[in-house]
Amino acid sequence: MNGPQDLGGQMGFGPVNPEKDEPYFHAAWERQALGLTLAAGGMGHWNIDESRHARENLHPADYYSSSYYEIWTKALEVLLKRHGFVTDEELAQGHSLGKGTEPKRILKAENVAAVLAKGGPCDRPLEQEPRFQPGDHVKTRNFSPQTHTRLPRYARGRTGVVEAVRDGFVFPDTNAHGEGENPQYVYTVVFTASEIWGDGADPALTVSIDAWESYLEFA
Amino acid sequence: MSHDHDHHHDNELDPMAARVRALETILTEKGLVDPEAIGVIVETYETKIGPRNGAKVVAKAWVDPEFNAWLRRDATSAIASLSYTGRQGEHMQAVFNTPDTHNLVVCTLCSCYPWSVLGLPPVWYKSPPYRSRAVIDPRGVLAEFDLVLPDTTSIRVWDSTAELRYLIIPLRPEGTEGWSEEQLAALVTRDSMIGTGLACAPEAA
Repeated sequence: MNGPQDLGGQMGFGPVNPEKDEPYFHAAWERQALGLTLAAGGMGHWNIDESRHARENLHPADYYSSSYYEIWTKALEVLLKRHGFVTDEELAQGHSLGKGTEPKRILKAENVAAVLAKGGPCDRPLEQEPRFQPGDHVKTRNFSPQTHTRLPRYARGRTGVVEAVRDGFVFPDTNAHGEGENPQYVYTVVFTASEIWGDGADPALTVSIDAWESYLEFA
Repeated sequence: MSHDHDHHHDNELDPMAARVRALETILTEKGLVDPEAIGVIVETYETKIGPRNGAKVVAKAWVDPEFNAWLRRDATSAIASLSYTGRQGEHMQAVFNTPDTHNLVVCTLCSCYPWSVLGLPPVWYKSPPYRSRAVIDPRGVLAEFDLVLPDTTSIRVWDSTAELRYLIIPLRPEGTEGWSEEQLAALVTRDSMIGTGLACAPEAA
C-alpha cells in the first residue's frame, strides 16, 4: 500500500539526530511493548508480514507522530482484536472481560531462549529455476496495490541490474493477507541514483532493493 | 480496579505507559502471555544480544582469511559458528567496504535490522528522517554522523526490503597489524556495521 511507511525519498522530516550512547529503551513501557509484541506474536496467529501491514495501516498522522514502540503497540492492539483475543471494551477498561480465541501456544519463559535463537526462517526451497540471473537488466513493475507490498514506490517502474539471486522466500504480498506463502526467488537489484531520482542525483550513488521475482520483468 | 477510581489511575502514567500496562494486564489475565517471558525477552536484548556480537564477527573477518571467505559465501552459517543466530538474523549477508565503495544499510519500509549481531536498532534507524533520506541523500545523512566521504568514494545503499539482513564489514583501520581479535573488536562500533560510521582509529581505542 502507498502508506506512511513507504518513506524512501520523502522530504521534510529534518535531520537524523543520532543520540550518543543511546539506551535500548527510553521509557520503562518500551520494554513491555517489545516483550508483549514478541510474546503475543509467539502465539502463532499472525506472521511478520501481517504485523508489518498492521503497522503501515495506522493513519499517516498517527504513524508519523508515534515512536516505533508506539507503532508496534498500536498495531499489536489491532492484531489482537482482529484475531479475537481482546475487545475494544477490554482495552478501554484495562481488564479481561471474558475468554477470547484459544491460543495455539503460549510463549513460556523457559522457551524464550530457544524461540529467539530459532527465529522465523522464511526461505523456502523452490523446484523451478530462477527466472533471472546476475547481470540481467530488469525493470520493476509499476503498481499501487492497496494491500501489502515490499516494493517501495521509489523503485517502481525502474530499470536496474540483478546483482545476486537469493533463495526462495515467502511472498509478503500474499502472506500478509492470509493468502498463502507463495514463495518466490528474491533478487538483489541495483539502480543508479539517476535512474531513481533523476536530475541532480549523486553520480557516485547506487541503491539496491531485494525484490521478489514477480516484481520484475526483463528490461 | 474498583470502579470509584474509574480511569483516574491512568493520569499518573503517560498515555503510552497506561496503554501498554492495560494491554499487559489483559493478556496476562487471559493467560495469553507469561509475564516472566516478557522479562526474559527484555533481558536477552538488554544484556545478551547487541553490537558486541557483530564486532566479534568483523574482527574475525579481519584476521582470519578462511572465516572471511566463509562470511562472503554464506554469512548466516559463518556467523552461526560464533553462536549468533535467530530472530532477525535468519538470513544474513555480509557486505564488505572497500577503499572505493562505502556501504550503508537502511530499511525504508519499516525497521529491518540484523538483531542477532547488532541487537535492537537505535531510534534514529527506525525514524522517518533516516529512512527517508538514506536512499536519496546518503552523504548528507553521513555528515550528520560526522562522516564525510570524498566525492570520489562511491556509496552503495542497501534497502532491506526483504528478509535478508545486512552486516557491513568496515575497513580494518591502519596501524592495527598484529592486533588480536579482541583488541580489534573494540574498534568496531555499531554504526560502522550499519555504514553510518567507520571503525575507530587505533588511537581512539
